[in-house]
Amino acid sequence: MSKPVIATTSLAGCFGCHMSLLDIDERILKLIELVEFNKSPIDDIKTFTKAVDIGLIEGGCCNSENVEVLKSFRKNCKILVSVGECAIMGGLPALRNGIPIEECLHEAYIGGPTVQLNTEGVMPNDDELPMLLDRVYPCHEIVKIDYFLPGCPPRADLIWEAVVALVTGDPLKLPYEVVKFD
Amino acid sequence: MENTVKQLVEKYGNDRSRLMDILIDIQETTGYINSEAIEEIAQLLAMSRIDVEQTITFYHFFSTKPKGKYAVYLNTSPVAYMFGREAVKETFEKELGIKFGDVTKDGLVGLYDTPCIGMNDQEPAAIINHKIFTRLTPYRVREIVKLMKEGKNMDELRNESYGDGKNHLPSLRSMVSSNIRRKGMILSDDYQSGTVIRDFLPKMSPESVIAEIKHSHIRGRGGAGFPTGLKWEFCRRAKGSKHYVVCNADEGEPGTFKDRVILTEKPELVFEGMALAGYAIGGDEGILYLRYEYRYLNNYLLEVLQNMRDNNLLGKNISGIEGFDFDIRIQFGAGSYVCGEETALLESLEGKRGEPRDKPPFPVEKGYLGQPTIVNNVETFATAVRIVQNGGEWFTQFGTEDSTGTKILSISGDCMFPGVYEVNWGFNVEDMLNMVGAYEVQAVQVGGPSGTLIGPEEFHRTLGYSDLSTGGSMIIFNKQRNLLRDVVVNFMEFFIDESCGSCSTCRNMTQVLNNKLKKILVGKGVPKDLIDLKSWSKNLIASRCGLGQTAANPIISSLKNFPHLYSALIQKDKQFDEGFDMEKAIQASCTYVGRVPNLNHH
Repeated sequence: MSKPVIATTSLAGCFGCHMSLLDIDERILKLIELVEFNKSPIDDIKTFTKAVDIGLIEGGCCNSENVEVLKSFRKNCKILVSVGECAIMGGLPALRNGIPIEECLHEAYIGGPTVQLNTEGVMPNDDELPMLLDRVYPCHEIVKIDYFLPGCPPRADLIWEAVVALVTGDPLKLPYEVVKFD
Repeated sequence: MENTVKQLVEKYGNDRSRLMDILIDIQETTGYINSEAIEEIAQLLAMSRIDVEQTITFYHFFSTKPKGKYAVYLNTSPVAYMFGREAVKETFEKELGIKFGDVTKDGLVGLYDTPCIGMNDQEPAAIINHKIFTRLTPYRVREIVKLMKEGKNMDELRNESYGDGKNHLPSLRSMVSSNIRRKGMILSDDYQSGTVIRDFLPKMSPESVIAEIKHSHIRGRGGAGFPTGLKWEFCRRAKGSKHYVVCNADEGEPGTFKDRVILTEKPELVFEGMALAGYAIGGDEGILYLRYEYRYLNNYLLEVLQNMRDNNLLGKNISGIEGFDFDIRIQFGAGSYVCGEETALLESLEGKRGEPRDKPPFPVEKGYLGQPTIVNNVETFATAVRIVQNGGEWFTQFGTEDSTGTKILSISGDCMFPGVYEVNWGFNVEDMLNMVGAYEVQAVQVGGPSGTLIGPEEFHRTLGYSDLSTGGSMIIFNKQRNLLRDVVVNFMEFFIDESCGSCSTCRNMTQVLNNKLKKILVGKGVPKDLIDLKSWSKNLIASRCGLGQTAANPIISSLKNFPHLYSALIQKDKQFDEGFDMEKAIQASCTYVGRVPNLNHH
């Protein structure tokens, strides 16, 4: 039987959850024995090349590209897992949610104290750029999410335990030290 | 300004724990608390500026910007909406040319929303400069706006007749009605104020007072139902340099207003109960923590307290008992529901943000200023007096075995006779509905938003700690009302606004659940959403206080008792509906940066 396939992505996140995944230390060797990676920054495969069993999503959706990627994950993965605060709640990027998008853009490109070179007040509007959403959305408000791993980032042990449980079908061990919301 | 601030801070003895009083005085004299005043307070009290600011920003009646010469606070409780709030709001906005949340350009009038102000039996109601205006109509609003524009004073604005009961007294002169519909041991007129202090206490030891309270099996009337006698005993035994008696009159649970009525009609009974408690626990200082919405009661209550001092019912060697010293001061809140939680209340009493404390230690061990403190509800203190007068045994004949005595209910909503009713515990809901003249009842919200929403199948249930527990709020909805849209969402938004933000569960999960509920209401819900609502709401148990732990109750109880309302809105054939509209979501940013949305491109 071929090994289960995993894909990962970081949407509006900081890659901290991916770092946490790497924090499983020497267990990474066991992981490679257990699973095969497809689309993921870890092996740098850019597009899905086969059907995937488990998709791990870091980050919420702040622009149109995030939404597209997330939807492609839903299409190609049997199980989707929201990994970390940003995927689950929007996280730090969602701090802008109470502020109108116009104000955010103005602050970033025109009015902010560190803006010095943009004397003509140019706004990034190239067609190649992703389009910003009105607010940052948690992943489960865009596609169906099957599991949620809380934390900022989730402990390496939690990600490890969850992936192993999904792959082997064994019950998930969740001692309280492992599940943290911060 | 500096002078005033300095005088004020001195007036409160340069005491940090009196920050609330200092801020209230400044807010009332200048209409807001400006940056210089904050700096000045911080320096005089040797606090950091941010410590002053965090107290200011926690309470919604404090403001760092001018609130308008007339600050209008219009109640947002569901009952206000049921009785015409929308028209009242629109008239205010039309007549003044501003939206709620704004101040007119000339600084004359500010319009604000505010959660339940304890007038559910006379809605729509508003607070204008600490005075209550009840039963507002568009006509009345036009009248008020005209008078405000003419610069009339508050008495001229209130050109209506006074409410019933004691509301006509010179120190009150309020148009609020007490609406007492049924009297029991607390609201009855057969008690002569001071009887217990004068005739009973000289013959009783503090221990025997506690013994009578314990024997009566009275439980706290605020809602949590902790045995009062036990609380007093724990506090008496706790070691401390001083013991405090705190009366919780923060009554913020939407739909409850009975404490307002007790404090209007029977304040002497409450204060006597506090003195009695002081005698029992060995404390000489009592504090009435009163919600700012009831600021209009201030002069009246101060007068009552002075009267009691004049009659030696408060003060030194009360009623000739050597060493029985007790006095009471009033501490106002400044608009915060969570301050009804006893440890949040204590934080607020100390001049801080009203964030609940971790427990244990409980207030009976470490309460106000770290000293042993009892915090009891207004009604509990009033009841304690009648217990000591008549004996614990006498008290147990009222009510049921596990819920002795009477309970004062605040009944509002769709009924002919809203108001307060003092009933024996064990009263059933059906009887209650008949008593108040309710018709075509669809549902009753028992115990406010943190309580339960029940339907006709459960109207046989009885009021008591073992069945339907309640702090007294009863809101009746008839068959015309849209329960989910007008009640459940309103209550969820109330909790979202009033969460202190300390626990992530309460701060976030309330939002998440409410978003899901709104998604269901616009027809985008799927069966899984209902499962999510149920299972996700369980996380709230991890919150530190009762507000967070009960914040999903509007959803949980309506899901349980009115599942058909939800299932009618659910798309049964769909597994998932994101309710997400990409075109809409990118519109604003594209317009702002000047680009044509192109979704096919990506």
